[in-house]
Amino acid sequence: MYKYDNYDQQMVDARVEEFRGQAKRRLEGKLTEDQFKPLRLMNGLYLQLHAYMLRVAIPYGTLNSAQMSALGDIADKYDRGYGHFTTRQNIQYNWIKLEDAADILADLSKVEMHAIQTSGNCIRNISSDHFAGATHDELVDPRPYAELLRQWSSFHPEFTYLPRKFKIAVIAAEKDRAAMRLHDIGIQIVKNDAGEIGARFFVGGGMGRTPMIAPMIRDFVPLDQLVTYAEGCLRVYNRYGRRDNKYKARIKILVHELGAEEYTRQVEEEFAHLLDQGVEPPRPELERLKPFFADPPFEDGPKTVDRSDPDFALWVDRNTHRHKHDSYVSAVISLKPVGGIPGDATGEQIRTMARLAKQYSFDELRVMHTQNIVLPHVKIADLHALWTELDAAELGAPNLDTIEDIIACPGLDYCALANARSIPLAQRISERFDKSGKTAELGELKLKISGCINACGHHHAGHIGILGVDKKGKENYQLSLGGSEAEDVSLAKITGPGFDEDGVIEAVETVTDVYIAQREDGERFLDTYRRIGMSPFKEALYGK
Amino acid sequence: MGNDSFDSEAGSLGVSPDEVQFRFRDDEVADHGTVTVDACCDQTNATAVRIEPGDDARALLPFLDRLALVEVNFPTFGDGRGYSAARILREAGYTGELRAVGDVLIDQLSHMRRCGFDAFAPDKRLDEEDAVKAFATWDNVYQSAADGRKTIQELRHE
Repeated sequence: MYKYDNYDQQMVDARVEEFRGQAKRRLEGKLTEDQFKPLRLMNGLYLQLHAYMLRVAIPYGTLNSAQMSALGDIADKYDRGYGHFTTRQNIQYNWIKLEDAADILADLSKVEMHAIQTSGNCIRNISSDHFAGATHDELVDPRPYAELLRQWSSFHPEFTYLPRKFKIAVIAAEKDRAAMRLHDIGIQIVKNDAGEIGARFFVGGGMGRTPMIAPMIRDFVPLDQLVTYAEGCLRVYNRYGRRDNKYKARIKILVHELGAEEYTRQVEEEFAHLLDQGVEPPRPELERLKPFFADPPFEDGPKTVDRSDPDFALWVDRNTHRHKHDSYVSAVISLKPVGGIPGDATGEQIRTMARLAKQYSFDELRVMHTQNIVLPHVKIADLHALWTELDAAELGAPNLDTIEDIIACPGLDYCALANARSIPLAQRISERFDKSGKTAELGELKLKISGCINACGHHHAGHIGILGVDKKGKENYQLSLGGSEAEDVSLAKITGPGFDEDGVIEAVETVTDVYIAQREDGERFLDTYRRIGMSPFKEALYGK
Repeated sequence: MGNDSFDSEAGSLGVSPDEVQFRFRDDEVADHGTVTVDACCDQTNATAVRIEPGDDARALLPFLDRLALVEVNFPTFGDGRGYSAARILREAGYTGELRAVGDVLIDQLSHMRRCGFDAFAPDKRLDEEDAVKAFATWDNVYQSAADGRKTIQELRHE
């Protein structure tokens, strides 16, 4: 994985010092809270319902065991003993004291980490495929390109006060495991007919209160123009994105209002101009980055496991992903124990995962946007030993991509924006389906819960989505069906009137019953919904 | 353009409605009041113009030769359109004074400087010591911008 050189370290250290100065000036009264707010936000520090929240960047979701271990230590030292992995492959701590923030940033910088641009109206942490560099089905490893963009987007002088936040995802497989087209910019690394590698740009996707799927605006940008093209996309947005209404300020609204064609025309014009301005990093830089992501020394070994223990066999079936080397798999550590809080892990568990990564996965871990952890390179021969240790640490839930693998935002338990709680709902649903044993029967079923219309829980992209709203002072939940964040991307549609907490749990059960009754061979919930449409689900939920 | 010393008393010359607190130029301060972008395009003798956030900086490109001062107004520091306006002018070869005016704060100075601003007239006078530190925030930079600095990527491959 990428290792900082002196320049990178200097940049982070400069930012830590800058933030110390800013915090000092705030305390001295030289900065008002209004002036300080965007500065602390750009350092990942939010004021939440009960305390400050600090969000730490995990570039393209990749980290090593020393970094993971440090994250566990921070949970114990500065928080209440746990951290929360997020849908943008980051981690956040919910119980931070303002006076500790600069010290935490200094601790992070010792392991080449930071909280830079994890918030604020700037380019956020770049996300990517959590199986990058490991999976059997990718064209190339997308992470060198993501790293090139990380450097370009860090402390960008022109794009630090954008109309609104800006999120970029980079993938390099046909399978989309990063919700690429639901980002402000989604980049897919592709090969053209001439056999050259380049970048396909999708711009203007997003969730939030106005969900949009990003249209493709360029099918091939040569690699030596990648940064320049991104700069063009951003400049058009910075100049013309709406600033009159914060709810219409994301780039998706600009692209929608101008039309993809007109936005593209403006980007192409700006791009043509920028090509002469020398904004592209020298080409050898990309070549410098690639070896950081080279394969570790894989060894041939057994290609199958002993399936005599059914619990282990189930975990292998559900929680491992095919690797490019046939003696290895990528193993997913579920942070969705039945009845647990999606994405939470204790300091001890975080350190355990770090240790296991060192022992079994060439020192590497990944954070998934579905709030789980991946050990990307595990020898098939080591799987049983790994699973045994995970199980002992309560990290062995065999439920990847099942109805128990719920994405949920922090909701009203933590978040100042939320209208309703998400976490208790996720807990109750996973308990219910585990108890009834229906989880296995339902197969792949992505359930996503947001506690308000900002959609941090990705409910628009859930096969089943739940949105918490406030209805006359009471929590109310809207159900939606048919969303997907994958390569078959689609936005979920609302079933009809909302439900109270008990009601929505019943409603989830009802729609899964419709699926079981109506499915044809091999169909997932989503496939059945797409084939039969909303009506049968509506009838079952609300009667004729 | 630009060395790292600046004349912090340039504002005392009092040639503009703004008080210029920091200036990274050696030439005389332009002694013309500024006009709007629209007026500048209509009237052939204006040598100083003021860009508001909604203005298209490119409308000025035909007139760059005669302009000695372009002010870019930041009514609120969070409106970042002026950063693009500044770079666009520098990319087009404008070498006159480029002055940030309005809600210009300490923590925006280093980025503004990188985008090509070489004079600063904040609404509220800034603490000199904090400003000196702010201008020197970055020993090195990741992006090519209007200040002509070599990027980290370029330094790595020299």
